[in-house]
Amino acid sequence: MMVTETLQVEIGEDLTHNVQPLLHEIRHALVTLLDDGGSTVIDLRSLPLAPGEEQKLLDELGQGEVFARLQALGPSEIIETRYPGVWVVMHFNNDNEVIGKFIEVCDIPDLLRSQQEDIRQGLEQLQTQLA
Amino acid sequence: MSKDETLGAALRRQGISRRGFLKFCAATASMMALPPAMVPAIAAALEKARRPSVIWLSFQECTGCTESLTRSHSPTVEGLIFDTISLDYHHTLQAAAGTAAEAAREAAMEENFGEYILVVDGSIPLGNPGFSTIAGISNQSMLLDTAKGAAAIISVGTCAAYGGIPHASPNPTGAVSVSDLIKDKPIINVPGCPPIPMVITGVLAHFLTFGAIPELDELGRPKAFYGKSIHDRCYRRPFYDKGLFAETFDDEGAKKGWCLYKLGCKGPTTYNACATTKWNEGTSFPIEAGHPCLGCSEPDFWDGGGFYKALSMPTEDIARTAVYAVGAGAAAGVALGAMSRAKKKRAEKAHKKVTIDDLEKGG
Repeated sequence: MMVTETLQVEIGEDLTHNVQPLLHEIRHALVTLLDDGGSTVIDLRSLPLAPGEEQKLLDELGQGEVFARLQALGPSEIIETRYPGVWVVMHFNNDNEVIGKFIEVCDIPDLLRSQQEDIRQGLEQLQTQLA
Repeated sequence: MSKDETLGAALRRQGISRRGFLKFCAATASMMALPPAMVPAIAAALEKARRPSVIWLSFQECTGCTESLTRSHSPTVEGLIFDTISLDYHHTLQAAAGTAAEAAREAAMEENFGEYILVVDGSIPLGNPGFSTIAGISNQSMLLDTAKGAAAIISVGTCAAYGGIPHASPNPTGAVSVSDLIKDKPIINVPGCPPIPMVITGVLAHFLTFGAIPELDELGRPKAFYGKSIHDRCYRRPFYDKGLFAETFDDEGAKKGWCLYKLGCKGPTTYNACATTKWNEGTSFPIEAGHPCLGCSEPDFWDGGGFYKALSMPTEDIARTAVYAVGAGAAAGVALGAMSRAKKKRAEKAHKKVTIDDLEKGG
């Protein structure tokens, strides 16, 4: 039987140097949030990040007090980082494949709020049940 | 979903909550390479979007483009977008064949004249109409006939966009692209061999959302996906800037993940979204897997002078250029890119025609 050696690619530290600028962008976004309430969303899939760098960024941000898991068109995870107001939002499909990855700097991500249409529909259901 | 039902209504009918719809819009914005701030605008537009009729014609192709789009086995954002269109003709996917299939195409054309989207994959042979036919109709004749009532044409894959592999020297079938034949319709080129599935559906989503074609570059490609070179967005770019290159596929440089330029990477002259959108649900892309970019989304990529030959070879001194690159950073990259394009042109001119006999002798 032929034995093949697996080629291990070494990953350098901070290969693209994009982690530090992203942290600064988040810092600026937090200042904006405090000054005028303006929120910021960063799409992590639009940036060139080397293998391991995204994890490094997430490790830098850490985890805070809130961890929410939604079930809407597949699961989503919404995590407040150790910096209040900085949220990591990850969307998955029903096979748990990532379909979107964002950092939101805001009081609370919109997806966590109950939506008007859903509230209205829920009220109708409750009224029907009580009738 | 009927043709008059809006996308918002259809999703609600399927039991998808508003929260689910907003998630769908966030993923769609990401897929269309639009800023997240546009999510509310996308939600408002998609809520009202109606189901467009799509006619998909496959000519001289390998079906890789359709495979790319339909590869997923589970509901995805791409799948939802794909479900939203009314795919009225696609001879690889539809159950009908022959006369019944052609009747479906003609009915869709008549019912939606001036409004349907025409998607084409594969090149069109002009050498002899008999080289490629569907139900006895030549590709050229079917394209010209179906294009008449199209609101827009999407050329999916490098074959439809630029001729692709069938067009490669010596081009035995006289293959041409869609834009070589159609001059009076908006044409969106979505090249790649195959294109990234999210890019195909991203273009469809853009049309659904805004009712217009996206901004295109000089080669007819959507700038949102093809606006930057692979090289500019490549995570190995810092190694290029420092002059650190893998010389073989198993040397120290390769193990350390250095730049693949000297192994023939066409990243500097190739414009596509692979380095950020990536493949297989955003898992990886060829360079991340250790292989140079082949340049498959560029015209005549097959005749570019060898997949494993550096763009600047044989005359340019890579080491010297790399030293300049360290000093001048991105500017040197641009200069090398321009130099590489000139080389590519020369390589195309010098390309020799290879016969079956030559291949047999070589093997």
